[in-house]
Amino acid sequence: MLKRTAPSIQLDNLTLSYRRHPAVHHLSGTFQPGSFTAIFGPNGAGKSTLLKGIVGLIKPDSGRVTLDGIRRDDIGYLPQQSALDRSFPMRVLDVAAMGLWRKAGIFSAIGRKQLGAVEAALEAVGLTGFEDRIIGTLSGGQFQRALFARLLLQDTKLILLDEPFTAIDARTCEDLLALISGWHAEGRTVVTVLHDLDIVRERIPETLLLAREKVAWGPTAEVITDANLARARHLHEAFEDNAELCEMPA
Amino acid sequence: MALYDLLFGPFIEFGFMRRALMGCIALSISGAPIGVFLVLRRMSLMGDVMAHAILPGAAIGFLLSGFSLFAMTVGGVAAGLLVALGAGAIARTTPLREDASFAAFYLVSLGLGVMIVSIKGSNIDLLHVLFGNVLALDDPSIYLIGGIATVTLLSLALIYRLLVAECFDPGFLKSVGGAGGMAHFLFLALVVLNLVGGFNALGTLMVVGLIVLPAASARFWSESVPGQIVAAAIIGIVSSLVGLLVSYHAELPTSPAIILAAGAIHAASILAGRHGSFASQALRARHLRA
Repeated sequence: MLKRTAPSIQLDNLTLSYRRHPAVHHLSGTFQPGSFTAIFGPNGAGKSTLLKGIVGLIKPDSGRVTLDGIRRDDIGYLPQQSALDRSFPMRVLDVAAMGLWRKAGIFSAIGRKQLGAVEAALEAVGLTGFEDRIIGTLSGGQFQRALFARLLLQDTKLILLDEPFTAIDARTCEDLLALISGWHAEGRTVVTVLHDLDIVRERIPETLLLAREKVAWGPTAEVITDANLARARHLHEAFEDNAELCEMPA
Repeated sequence: MALYDLLFGPFIEFGFMRRALMGCIALSISGAPIGVFLVLRRMSLMGDVMAHAILPGAAIGFLLSGFSLFAMTVGGVAAGLLVALGAGAIARTTPLREDASFAAFYLVSLGLGVMIVSIKGSNIDLLHVLFGNVLALDDPSIYLIGGIATVTLLSLALIYRLLVAECFDPGFLKSVGGAGGMAHFLFLALVVLNLVGGFNALGTLMVVGLIVLPAASARFWSESVPGQIVAAAIIGIVSSLVGLLVSYHAELPTSPAIILAAGAIHAASILAGRHGSFASQALRARHLRA
């Protein structure tokens, strides 16, 4: 049911850059409605940048991101853990409750019914009993679980995850993967940046292999080949600090 | 009886002591949440910079119309906002990092401010601007501080959730369309307002002390943002009271006495606070079973 209304993301000749050096270079393609895609590639290949570009945290230098079936402020976005201030004195309950932002906004109080929803989300990620813990005292895995509770509460049709399993133990990784697969099964569109090739191969149906440019994009088995991986490495190394102006039409 | 005279006598006897206390209490309450967010956003030193940035503006006000509360306040607010925006803009658009950019503004502002005050005024005037004159607060000054405290608390109540989200996870706030940039600017404006409000009482060099020191100490007494705000307000009020009494009885300059009282509480917090202090770490040396 949800599948028909699932959002898609279309990229048209998209270039995103930092200080004029492109991190994502002339990328075109579509994340189909209800698809579940891994973005894989070497460090500095523009994976996180692409997610930020889709969310709107970075403005395109040229080209376009078109969202179909969803508003830009309704994306469920999980930033890299390093982008968050974990020393900030917040409780687990507060972090999860941020997921109600669209419903509660800046002002409204969080009622008993919504509090129940927060409790349920914390239970779903296995954090029952941690409500009043300060986030600085959590392990990396527990903290990531809290962020997943927030995503559950956001309840959006498009979910973008930036390295959700970095520095996380195998059991937590398995639990979170199950949640993500569940979102896919419900017909949501899911895009996740990943570093672990085994997880990509075994668990994610589609892959975008990125090395600033698109190396390959499609069913994982066709994308993750030795030839493509070698090409990704080669493309990535070919970029220079003192590059000349790109002459490709914007 | 002696204790009563020691603690309450000065305030019962002298109107200027009551005014000083009222002004400091309002500043402490208003500065507490400001200070806590400055500390949490790792902007404590920036508060110091902004306090100096106010100086040339207030000095120009002084140059034009003497010790006029209105002129110096308007000048101070204008200069503070200009530096906050200017330093932020330079950090965003050039490779210079924000702290270096702020340091540059702060040094120039201090030099410029002292120069301008000295052109027209005496050394006494300069001391007044740099260290304030909390024992000479008149009615308009008290109203100004009270008004700023009211505006500060109301505004923070409105943008509290935005500020917390922006500190903790700016990417998330942006992704849900929250106006993080607006909240940040409003916060900076409140910082400037509080510094200007306090500048009459404590002077540009000391006013940050009553905002940042209690907040930095509060971190050792509570692990939650609201808890830290309450703790910071209490510490600020106690520092003001102690500082005023010490300065009265020992005939010492007032604003340094208040800041030193806050400093003493800060030292005590580091040593013996409930969370993360030396004492709490020593007590917790034995680990729990699970």
